[in-house]
Amino acid sequence: MPFYIAIIDYEMGNLKSIFKCIKHLNADAIITDDLKEILEADGVILPGVGAFGDAMKHLKEKNLIPVLNQIVIKKKPLFGICLGQQLLFSRSSEMGEHKGLSLVEGEVIPFEISKVEKIPQIGWNSVRLLDSDNFLVEGIPNHSYFYFVHSFYSNPKNKDEIIGLTTYGDVEYCSIIGKDNIVATQFHPEKSSKYGIQIYKNFINYCRK
Amino acid sequence: MTDYKKIVPCLDVKDGRVVKGIKFVNLRDAGDPVEFGKFYEDEGADELIFLDITATVEKRKTVVNLIKKVADEISIPFAVGGGIASMKDVQAILDAGADKVSLNSAAVRNPDLLGEISKEYGHERVVCAIDGNRVYVNSEEEAPNKTLFEVEDKFCWFDVMTHSGSKSTGMDAIKWAKEVKELGAGGILPTSKKFDGTKKGFDLIMTRGIAEATGLPVTASGGAGTKQHMLEAFTIGKAAAALAASIFHFREITIREVKKYCIENGVPMRL
Repeated sequence: MPFYIAIIDYEMGNLKSIFKCIKHLNADAIITDDLKEILEADGVILPGVGAFGDAMKHLKEKNLIPVLNQIVIKKKPLFGICLGQQLLFSRSSEMGEHKGLSLVEGEVIPFEISKVEKIPQIGWNSVRLLDSDNFLVEGIPNHSYFYFVHSFYSNPKNKDEIIGLTTYGDVEYCSIIGKDNIVATQFHPEKSSKYGIQIYKNFINYCRK
Repeated sequence: MTDYKKIVPCLDVKDGRVVKGIKFVNLRDAGDPVEFGKFYEDEGADELIFLDITATVEKRKTVVNLIKKVADEISIPFAVGGGIASMKDVQAILDAGADKVSLNSAAVRNPDLLGEISKEYGHERVVCAIDGNRVYVNSEEEAPNKTLFEVEDKFCWFDVMTHSGSKSTGMDAIKWAKEVKELGAGGILPTSKKFDGTKKGFDLIMTRGIAEATGLPVTASGGAGTKQHMLEAFTIGKAAAALAASIFHFREITIREVKKYCIENGVPMRL
C-alpha cells in the first residue's frame, strides 16, 4: 500500500485546510469515514471544531470509536487537533458531562471567566516546551506562537504526557500532548504559519518510519 | 497575563484581483490575492482580511473560488467581507475555507443574520463591521439618547453609516455595537469613514468606546499612517487588532517594523 494519512471525517468542521497542508508536504491524504481506510492508513488525524458532546455522538454513529481504539492498540500514529485533542481524554464538562475516548487519562474543563480576559481564547499564543525531544516538536523553538480558538482545555492526569504548556490569563494549561504514538495539539497547526506546517511535517515524518 | 495583539492587513479585491498597491510589492503576480496574502503571512501578519469590492452580483461568484485558493495556500486565519447579504453567501464563504465573515450593511438591514451565522458556525466566526461617523454637538440636549463623548469643548456621538459610508442611519454606533454582540457577533470592526485614508490615525474614541461597551475583540480600522497610530490603537483604543491597507501595500511601513515598535512599547505581539 502506498503511504497515506487518513483525516477522519465525522462532520465536525472544515477539514480541507488540514488536507491541503498534508498535500503541500508531498504526502498523500484522504478525508474519510471509512473504517478500513482509516485502519490501513500510515497515520491518522482526528480533527474537529464544535461541541464535545456532538462530536462523540457523531463518532459513535459512524462506528469510529472502536477504530480509534484499534489504531492505538496497533501503535499507529494518531494526531488529535483542537476538539480532536480534547476527545482523546476521559471526559469533558462541556454542556453537561460527556465521556470521551479515554485514550489519554484526564479531563477537559472550561476556562473560568474570572481567570481569563475573554472566552473563547481566539488568537496567537506561545507554547513553552516541556519535552522538546518529542517527535512532534522537532525543529520548533521554545515559545513559538500558534493559533488557538477554544473555550475548554485539557488537563492530563499523567503530567509526563505534557509536551507543551500555554498560559492564557491566569491559567497555564496543556497545549501539546504526547503519549506513545498519540500526539495532540489544542491549537490549529494549519492556521499557525511556518511552525504549524513544521508540526505536520514532523507528524508525517514519524508516520513514514 | 499575556494577550497578544494582532496586526491585520486588509486586501481590497475586485473581480478576484487585488486592486490597491499592487505596483509596490515585488511579487511575480501582485494582483493575485494568494501571492499577496502569502507575502504578508511571511512578513508576520496575524490575520488577513479580504474585502470584496466587486460591483456586480454575477462576478461575485469569483470570490468563492478565490477563498478556496487562499485557504489552500495560506496558513494564517483570514476573514472575508464586502457585499455579504444572505445566509447563502455566508455558507458559501465559510464552507470555502474562510475563518470568519465580516458583515456590514447586511447586519443593519437584517440583524437576525448575525444570530443565524453565530448559531450555525459559532460567534467567533462572525465579525460585524460598523462604519461610524463623528457627529459633533455642543450640548447633550442636541443629541438625546445618543452615547456622547467629550472632545475638547464639544461632544460627539457616532452615527452608523451604510453603503460604504455614504448613507447615514442615525443609529448610535455604541448602542448598535452592544446590540450586535447580543445578536451573536464575536468581534467588531469599527471604521471611521472620515478618518479612512487620511493617515492621521484611527478614531480612537470610537474604537475605545466600542471596545469598552462590548468587551468584544475590536479591530481598529481606518486612518492608520504610522507605527505610532498602530500602537495607539492598542494602548488608547483598547483594540485587540489593528487593520491597515495602504501603508502596508505601498511599503511605507512593514508589518515587522510595526510589531517591533509595539513590543518595544509594551504591547505583546507574535514576532
